Amino acid sequence: MTRLQVLKTYKLFIGGQFPRTESGRYYALHGKDGIAIANVCLSSRKDARNAVVAARKAFGSWSERSAFNRGQIVYRIAEMLEGRRSQFIEELQLMGLTAANAAKEVDASVDRIVYYAGWCDKYQQILSAVNPVASSHFNFSVAEATGVVGIIAPEESPLLGLVSLLIPAIAGGNTVVVIASEKYPLSAVTLAEVIHSSDVPGGVVNILTGTADELVPPLASHLDVNAMTSSGLSADIARAMQVQAADNVKRVVRYSAMDWSKPSTQGLSMIEDLQEIKTTWHPIENIGGATSSY
Amino acid sequence: MGSTIPTVNFDWISFSTECVSLTEFGFFYGMSKPKPSPQFLSIPASPSIDKVGVEERCARFQTRSIKNDAKMQGLKMVLNMIDLTTLEGKDTPGKVRQMCYKAQHLHDSYPGLPTVAAVCVYPSMVGIARKELKDSIVKIASVSTAFPSGQAPMSVKLEDTRFAVSEGADEIDMVISRGKFLAGEHNFVFDEIAAIKEACGKARLKVILETGELSTLDNVRRASDIAIHAGADFIKTSTGKIQPAATMQVTYTMLMAIRDHYDRTGIMIGMKPAGGISTSKLALHNLVMVKEVLGEKWLSNEWFRFGASSLANDVLMQIMKTETGLYQSPEYFSMD
Amino acid sequence: MAKKTTNKSNEKGWEYAPSLESTGHIELKESYDLFIDGKWVKPSSGKYFETINPANEKVLAKVAHANEEDVDRAVKAARKAYDTVWSKMAPSERAKYIFRIARLMQERARELAVIETLDAGKSIRESRDIDVPLACNHFFYYAGWADKLDYAFPTRKVESLGVAGQIIPWNFPLLMAAWKIAPALAAGNTVVLKPAETTPLTALKLAEIIELSGLPAGVVNIVTGFGDTGAAIVAHPDVDKVAFTGSTAVGKHIQRAIAGTDKKVTLELGGKSANIIFEDAPIDQAVEGIVNGIFFNQGHVCCAGSRLFVQESVAELVVRKLKQRMDSLYVGDPLDKNTDIGAINSKEQLEVINKYIKIGIEEGAEMYQPSCEIPSKGYFCKPTLFSNVAQSNLIAQEEIFGPVLTIQTFRTVDEVIQKANNSPFGLAAGVWTDKGSRIFNLTTKLRAGVVWANTYNKFDPASPFGGYKESGFGREGGLHGLRAYVKLK
Repeated sequence: MTRLQVLKTYKLFIGGQFPRTESGRYYALHGKDGIAIANVCLSSRKDARNAVVAARKAFGSWSERSAFNRGQIVYRIAEMLEGRRSQFIEELQLMGLTAANAAKEVDASVDRIVYYAGWCDKYQQILSAVNPVASSHFNFSVAEATGVVGIIAPEESPLLGLVSLLIPAIAGGNTVVVIASEKYPLSAVTLAEVIHSSDVPGGVVNILTGTADELVPPLASHLDVNAMTSSGLSADIARAMQVQAADNVKRVVRYSAMDWSKPSTQGLSMIEDLQEIKTTWHPIENIGGATSSY
Repeated sequence: MGSTIPTVNFDWISFSTECVSLTEFGFFYGMSKPKPSPQFLSIPASPSIDKVGVEERCARFQTRSIKNDAKMQGLKMVLNMIDLTTLEGKDTPGKVRQMCYKAQHLHDSYPGLPTVAAVCVYPSMVGIARKELKDSIVKIASVSTAFPSGQAPMSVKLEDTRFAVSEGADEIDMVISRGKFLAGEHNFVFDEIAAIKEACGKARLKVILETGELSTLDNVRRASDIAIHAGADFIKTSTGKIQPAATMQVTYTMLMAIRDHYDRTGIMIGMKPAGGISTSKLALHNLVMVKEVLGEKWLSNEWFRFGASSLANDVLMQIMKTETGLYQSPEYFSMD
Repeated sequence: MAKKTTNKSNEKGWEYAPSLESTGHIELKESYDLFIDGKWVKPSSGKYFETINPANEKVLAKVAHANEEDVDRAVKAARKAYDTVWSKMAPSERAKYIFRIARLMQERARELAVIETLDAGKSIRESRDIDVPLACNHFFYYAGWADKLDYAFPTRKVESLGVAGQIIPWNFPLLMAAWKIAPALAAGNTVVLKPAETTPLTALKLAEIIELSGLPAGVVNIVTGFGDTGAAIVAHPDVDKVAFTGSTAVGKHIQRAIAGTDKKVTLELGGKSANIIFEDAPIDQAVEGIVNGIFFNQGHVCCAGSRLFVQESVAELVVRKLKQRMDSLYVGDPLDKNTDIGAINSKEQLEVINKYIKIGIEEGAEMYQPSCEIPSKGYFCKPTLFSNVAQSNLIAQEEIFGPVLTIQTFRTVDEVIQKANNSPFGLAAGVWTDKGSRIFNLTTKLRAGVVWANTYNKFDPASPFGGYKESGFGREGGLHGLRAYVKLK
């Protein structure tokens, strides 16, 4: 007699916890042969709202954490993902990827997380400047996290695409609310479990499953969300998102659909796009030299 | 070391160690220094000074454009505020007599000019000046307290002062002990000023901080507050022997001390920048500063003086230029 | 003994005589056309509008009103110049043109300053000492970047964007033109710029200077007009980049208008910046910083320190000193070199300011204005201070864009950080304290693009400027200002 398999319930990830959608709705996910593989939460506006509240609450301490520590935590995500490599490959296959592509996707994702882990305490130095102003002031510009970021994960490239948008955002000190790919949501939920077990504080990453149609508007129009990023979004949704984003002058970053497996899709600008530049001035006494005096 | 900080009068600003050197309270830590008097301890903490901000403020005064009637009036005020000064080892009765005459007759070919406010001389020359000036409206100021260094025993400084007053000085320009101040012995400085003030009797006391040796504007401010509280009638920037002397930044800092004291107590203190103000333009900028910081009440020689020797002739040249429209030559104005 | 007479010479008070900057040397035409493709062309509608001197309500000149058709001509000229000349030119040559413009501006600095003062109402002291020199310096600074872009963005391939449509406000007319044009040109873009309708003249003088510089036709086009002209620039399909400085309301409108397009956009919008005074601050310099923060340029400054927070222990002292300082400010003829506060830019803006002053009084705040006289003709507003203000008062929340300061007190560091950040805006902030570690605590936690510590309202071409939150995005000035005009591969 074969053992009955224990099926996994795919839930949301909000504030470090795994609730079901408050709406109680779900959608059935089918494999390539049409067999139902899972019921996935169909998140509502209220779930989006709860996720934003959690992300805002987590923002202060995450953005003020030492850069080195953020780097360690992001690296820990890579370690945990590597440890669950086979689970992710299986899940990706379930969703229709070939074994070879699934393995490539997971490996590339791990490598990408390691790549951004290394950036955590370096981008500041590249993006900052000491500015030679003409008056007796010391003037410097530093990069700071933009705040709460809504991420619309690419529809394709279920794991790597998500990782490619998510990781640079949190590496840069932002907290995020992710709308997972509607078509490939399973690896997003499993990634949440990885993140949960990686010392990432609750609320830094929040992941919702459901439809972009339903979830983009509450995020894009939310006055406590500071930026939206997306890749390969349909023209209609993108346009609507930009219009709604104007309500609080959100930063809107749109990447075209791209092959995320290319190394050229990772880089400093993915972090830079979700940074603010703050410039500080302070007077300097006796700028004319040590011997000058009043 | 204990962390107890004695309570000073929290009159208007919280206590800050930036402003009051801890060494003032050395007695707390078992060191054998004279105990500060309650009067000294009642001096409010001085606010900290940001030098760059002071420079910007002073630059702003210098953008004031003084033209036409305002200029003429200002120039005459400047003349009337000058303490015409000679403080040299080679001073003689002859030199002092000439200066006393000039003090009352700045440029007789142009009638209607005021006299200067005072002549300023060494104690040994006060008698000569008194003879020359008799009961002129021009006052006699004498430096004292082992001017310019102040490096003499207290008894000598007191005697120096009493001598100058007995010879007929209306005003005493004392120097503070900068060494003691920089060593943190602010209570010593305070006590010394208070003692000299007593020795002055009716003569008005100007306290020279010698700001060029005090190194920071924070020190200038603290020394100003100490001098004011110890009984100074005037505070004065410099002896004229040390550079830099009366920069606008220093004068501004001292004017703010006077302003704060006035706002707290209603008591007016005079100000005398000395040394380095040799042009009419700079003098007018100083008046702008006095007007805008202290108000017009201070715009008389009762409350504001310039310690200068060459300023008078520059002002005279400006007045004549304004009158005649011709640029002037120094050769047309008597030097002494 | 003869009686001594008094020795005093100031029996009457000492008032500064008027000291007016001469307007004799400036050249203003009766009417100005549009500067398109290197030529002065008439607006296709044939319509002109008047620009007036807000200090005496007299007409200075007539200025063309560009419509969609004119904007289209300007964008086409800019596109042609981009494709055929500017994007192909050696960057070092590009640099030399920009340097040349900087020098020509410096030579005509006095004229530019006087025209700025006439058209905008700002004091000649400020246009002469701040606006015009900064504008020249901005061109000078960015000129040198033109052939060094690879150093600005190492390891990345730098490309220009194309045609930049730029819309600027009336508070710093020439300076904002410089902030927009200089980095755009340095990065290799061409420009269509629209100055504000109340202050078009210095941008048109700049067009004359650009013409004189021999800059290739079409690289910079200046189109004057109203909101409709600006909207036409934003909507034009061949504009690759929109740069806007102005109100948050219009900024949002622009963001919506470009939705669904690939246009790049930078927005520099409104503010309600906190200026925070701790009890250990250098008090007298802080008072000066408060004055600079709110009364600079009649308070028409997006980063004005309009929300003053004073620690309770020194509040009384600071307010007293602030009132004393306000009493020494001169409000009046902007051309008088002794004027500290000039004219409000327009009748409309004066009405807005007066509306908020009325609201402040109705909200129960305590108002103080010095007793100074203000001219009977022209648009003037006394420097105004409101104390006893609550965080929930409208006057403490909304941008007034005038010489109106609100004062709130606070007790602790955490409290003031929360109150300062409790605003949809995030442009600037000021912090005054003698304690270094506290400065860094605040400069880190304040959500604002510019933080002035123990100073306020300082600007420099090398220093990036721009906001967080609803104060906009993108930076202008410095290395970071280049980023807004390039794409990186």
